[in-house]
Formats: sequence, C-alpha cells, structure tokens
Amino acid sequence: MNKLNLSQTQIQSCRKYANIIANDVQEFINKHTTVSVERTVLRLLGVDGVDEFSVPIPNRLVDDVIKNGDISLGISVYIASALFFTNLSLNKFLDYYSKNDFSICDYDLVDKAQTFKILKPYYEANLNKIRDNKNIRKNYIKKYPREKTDIYVIVATGNIDEDVIQAVSAAKAGADIIAVIRSTGQSLLDYVPFGKTTEGFGGTFATQENFRIMRSALDKVSEEEKRYIYLVNYASGLCMPEIACMGALERLDVLLNDSMYGIIFRDINMQRTFVDQYFSRLINAYSGIIINTGEDNYLTTADAVEEAHTVTASQFINEAFAKLAHLPNKLMGLGHAFEIDPEVEDSFVMELAQAQLAREIFPEAPLKYMPPTKHINGNIFRAYQQNAMFNMVTTMTNQSIHLLGMMTEAIHTPYMSDRYLAIKNAKMIQRSMKSLGDEILYKENGRIQNRAKEVLNNAEKLLKQIAYEGMFNSLAKGVFAQTKRTMTGGKGLDGVFKKSDKYINVVLYKMEESFNED
Amino acid sequence: MKIKPYGDTFNDGKVQLSFTLPVSKSAKGIATAKEIAKGMGLINPAIVHAEGIGDEFSFYIVYGSTKTVIDFENIKVEEITSEALSREEIEALIKKEFGRNIVFVGASTGTDAHTVGIDAIMNMKGFAGHYGLERYHGITAYNLGSQVTNEDFVKFAREKNADVLLVSQTVTQKEVHLKNMIDLVELLETEGLRDHIVLVAGGARISHSLAKELGYDAGFGPGNYAEDVATFAINTLINKRGEK
Repeated sequence: MNKLNLSQTQIQSCRKYANIIANDVQEFINKHTTVSVERTVLRLLGVDGVDEFSVPIPNRLVDDVIKNGDISLGISVYIASALFFTNLSLNKFLDYYSKNDFSICDYDLVDKAQTFKILKPYYEANLNKIRDNKNIRKNYIKKYPREKTDIYVIVATGNIDEDVIQAVSAAKAGADIIAVIRSTGQSLLDYVPFGKTTEGFGGTFATQENFRIMRSALDKVSEEEKRYIYLVNYASGLCMPEIACMGALERLDVLLNDSMYGIIFRDINMQRTFVDQYFSRLINAYSGIIINTGEDNYLTTADAVEEAHTVTASQFINEAFAKLAHLPNKLMGLGHAFEIDPEVEDSFVMELAQAQLAREIFPEAPLKYMPPTKHINGNIFRAYQQNAMFNMVTTMTNQSIHLLGMMTEAIHTPYMSDRYLAIKNAKMIQRSMKSLGDEILYKENGRIQNRAKEVLNNAEKLLKQIAYEGMFNSLAKGVFAQTKRTMTGGKGLDGVFKKSDKYINVVLYKMEESFNED
Repeated sequence: MKIKPYGDTFNDGKVQLSFTLPVSKSAKGIATAKEIAKGMGLINPAIVHAEGIGDEFSFYIVYGSTKTVIDFENIKVEEITSEALSREEIEALIKKEFGRNIVFVGASTGTDAHTVGIDAIMNMKGFAGHYGLERYHGITAYNLGSQVTNEDFVKFAREKNADVLLVSQTVTQKEVHLKNMIDLVELLETEGLRDHIVLVAGGARISHSLAKELGYDAGFGPGNYAEDVATFAINTLINKRGEK
C-alpha cells in the first residue's frame, strides 16, 4: 500500500532517529527501578489485599524496605529472605505481616540463587496464569475472527455494576471494544485501590476486582454475540506497571500505555514514567495485550494543522520504545486523532492525508484513531456530522481501533442512547463505504500526497533534533503538546531509585529470558 | 411579548426531545413514551421514531407542543454586559491604564484532567481563530495545565503577583466542580488575596450566575474567547483600582 508515494528512505531515517532516542533513554531505564515496579513484582508473586487502614500490602512492603532496608537491591530478595527464615508460605507470611508490627528487613538476606529458588513457585503460578489468559484470548479470536476495524466505546458511570449494564448494551449494539474510563485523578494516586467500587467521578476506579467483574460480563456477551469483546483500561499514571499486571491477570485486551503521556499531560516525573513504562510494556508484551498510545492528546492542546508532525514523530518514538519492550508490531496501537477545526478549508482532506500517512508508515500496527473532541461545541447535530466525517476517514484508511465520537462530547458522560447512535453512525459508514478506500488512488503531487509529505518531512526534522538534543532535554523544551517538563520536576520522582549491582527482579528476569528464548 | 418555541408558525410551541426507556421496544414501550411526553406537559406528542437498544432498552424521538408561554419582557438575567474589545484595544487599554504587564494565572484545578478550555483561552494559538492570552502584549500568562491543587494554584499566584486567576472546570459529574470552586474562594479569603485579584471561572457547564453565586467575579461558558475574558478582567481591574 503506497498511495501517498512516500519515500521509504525517509521513513527509515525517522526510525533510525527514533531508535537513537529510545536507546539513549533505555540506558537510563536499565539502571533504575521505581516503587511501582517493585510493587508490581510483589503483585506478580501473588501479593494482594489491604491492611486494616486500607493500605495495599504491596505499598506497605515496599515502603518498609525504603525506610528500613535498601530498595536498590529490589523487593525480591527481601520477600524471599522473609519466607526462608520464617519458613512460611507467602499467604501465611503476609497474614502475619499485615497483623503485626515488624519490618521485612529484619531478616538476613539470602543470595540470588536462593531468591529465585524460593520465589519460583509464586512467580511461576502467576506467569502461567498470564500465559493461560493469552491462550484463552487467542482461542476466542480464532473462534470469532475480527473485522479489520474494531468499534471502541467508553463507559464511565463511576459504578462498576452500572458500567456492566452500559457495556453489555453497547456490545449488543455492535461495539467490539469496551473501555472503562477511570475515576478522574486516579492516575495521580501512588497506589491501586482495592476491591469492587461503586463510587467514582467521571469514571470508575481501575481495581483488579472491577476488571474481573467487567471481564466476566463481557465474556458472557461475547458468547451470545459470537464476537470476542475486548476490554480496555488505562495504565498511565503513577501505577503503570501495577495496572498492566492486574490487566494481564484479569485478561484485559488493550491497555493505554504511552511512553510519555504521563509526563506531558499528568505532570508525572519523566524518570519515573520512562522506567515504569518499560516494565509495564514488557508485561503487556508477555500477556499479548495491545498497547494504545496517546498522541491524539497533543492535538487537543496544540493546533492540529501546525503540529501534526509531532504526532507522527511521537508515533515513531513510541514504536521504538515498544520494540525495546519486546512488543511486536501487531500489539502497537499507536494513537492519532481527527482534531482539525472543521471550519478550516480542506480540513477533511488533511485528515485523510494524516490518517493514510499513519496507516502507510505503520502497516501492521492496530492504529488507534480518536474522534473530534476539541471542536465539538455542544451543538449535538453538528457533532453528529463531524463524527460522520471522522467515521468516513476511519473506513477509507483502514484504521484498526475506531474510538467513536459522541455527539454529546463536552456535555456529559455518554448516555446509553448517545453511544447507541454513535455505533449506528459508524456501522452505516463502515458498510456503505466498505470498498471505497480500495477504489481510490490519490493524485500524484496533489493536496493529499503533498500534505502527507510535508508532515513526514517535519516529523523527520523533529526526530533528528530530539536525537541530537536527547529526550530529556527535548521534553524540557516542550516539543510535544507545547508542554515543558523538567528532569526533576513533576510527581513521583521520590519513587525512583538507582539499582545496585546486586539488584534482583525475579519477574523482570524471567520475562526478559522468555523473550530472548523466542 | 409572550412567546413559545417556534416550529414553523408563531407560538405553535413545537419542541423535540429524545430519551431512552429501560424496557425493550414494544407497543407498550411506545405508549409509555407518549405518556411521559404528556406528563411533561406536551400537547399531542408524536413518537416519530422508536428503536430497540439491546434487549432491555429502547430509544424514542418525540415531537409535541408545549403549553408554556413566557413573557419575554419579564425575564431578567445577569449577563456580562461589557462588549468584548479586540486584542489590539485590550493591549492599548493595558498600556494606557497600567503601564505594566497584567499577570493571568490559569489552571484546570482539582482532579479535573481536561485542558481544552483553559488552553483555548490561554495558549498562544487560541481557539477558532481567536488568539490566546499568551499572544497579548501587556499580558503575562501562566497556564499551569490540569489537576492543579487549589493550594498549588494559590501559591503560584502569590509568587507571580497574579492580577487575574482563571479556573477551568470541565468534569461536573456529581457536582464535583462546585466543592472545588468553593474551596478555592475560601482559600483565597483565608490568605487575604481575594480582594486583590479578579477571579474568573470557565467551562462548558459554567454560567455567569453560577460563578457569581459561588463568589467569583465572572463565569464564562461555551462560545467565549480570550478577548471576552480579557476585556472583563481588565475592566474589572480598572474598576477595583477606582474603588480603592
């Protein structure tokens, strides 16, 4: 597919710069760990639950080691040593630990080989569970093959039971992917809430129990509809790898897991985010979960005509980071959006060029295409028309993950009928314009080809500049979404630690080992 | 003048509405929808479209005539009366009246993660062809982005000697914005800053009267741009100075 007559040499050059950028950051990542990485290790050993003050046990253990031990060794050796010297099973030890006032650092430390040996039954049980989930998903997809474009809608009532009702109704109306939006502000919590929740603001808390409840409801409706309904949640924030781990254990299928979103849009410290995103994406790769990236957000802050190349450049960078985390192309749901002001002349033409550009540069990626939000103004009839134009571009350029626009965007979280009408809108266009994309070629050096080339040119220039200046400095200059972030600014820096030479992370090691075997 | 909604004839009172019922589509569902429209006071409601949504819900589009008549002259609203000046006029006014830069600090505060509103007003590029405050000569604009706590917001405002605070609130589910907005006013009062600054709220569901009620100087809903906000803020600053 080369309708845009793009230069393959130029695309290779973009990839080369993106690799330089990502490799440079990866060096930093490999030398560091974070509180959320260590809590994730605990979760993957089977540590869960909260104490009498509702503090999650993983938080309590990691905080204990920060205070009384040496977190640069990693949590693995501490938990292994505790099990060794108490001669208790993990569950028995946790029960004892949560009810008594002592430090996990009170035990002498066992060596590396012992650490692996003691923890093996625990990490194997959970890694096996994740592999089983991967197989269950694989079998579902074999049983119910997917169309090339998946329809994605959001539920966000704050109450998981109500979410289930909305999700089932949307699936029956034709949705293929259901995302449960998180309660506003969850990304800034440095812990994951526990248990089922029925109160939230602008969304529902991401908890492992809520994941389980929704997964079970969607499995049921999948069987009824003979379509496997994907479940999505959001990892970005201070608990990225923990949410990835919960998603892997409860068979989520798609996870928002950008390498930079938290830095730019949530003012989370960049060191923290880069280290967290690696472990988080490694888990996604291991579980076969599609990641979604957040480039679409750039255009809600910056202008969609002038800053289109930042989206493309960021997609290359997200791809490079994803490769380092062993994610195959088919799991890279790179993001982009339909956000040009519809009053701009030829806005549709430019959107078409941009969407086709992404499709041609990343032919195997399940691209995530986001609907208009910035220029939706409360006129629901106008919004319905804008969404129809967006749906046309989606269909004509074979986007993979089609996030539907709501005509009531910026008014309220969608009502059941808003979602229903959006699905009908998309379905009609998918059906009526099915072969249109295949029938169309773009004029040589016409508006569409030239726009795509212009964007790619500018993306290459930007990538070259970032490769030269380094990622950390570039973010400080505000290259993305015109937002400036510094190396030591933002939330969560106090949770970043340099690894010691004796650092042990049993799960990271096992996962990396399995990828290197493949 | 007494008026009703206009369909195609003066005071025919025609309105349209749509809603969902938690029952499957059936004759009984349609009859129920009609009763609901009647209960709302519509005369001769017509269910022009009914459609099942999944197994247990159905969607209706209804037309009818309302009985309600309103005397237009008797309606009183609180509006921001000042006609918006152009960017150039605002810049000239600041130069003439103050001879220094006016400091605007804006943020989407509390847990709110949406920045479209505050970006539209503040960012250089602005929105729909209306340049944002960063572009104005004579205005120093700080956009702190989203999820800024009221405490951090006030601290920053104090550090920068802010003249005008812009508070953006998008998420209004379960009235989460009201508490947050009130908390800010209380904090500013405690800190003794409230009288020195112009406090402006903005957002899709924010009205001028709501903002006034919560102790703000003004509220800007949809369809307002940087020049509307700047005109109000600069005029209010001039008036405040006059009072002292």
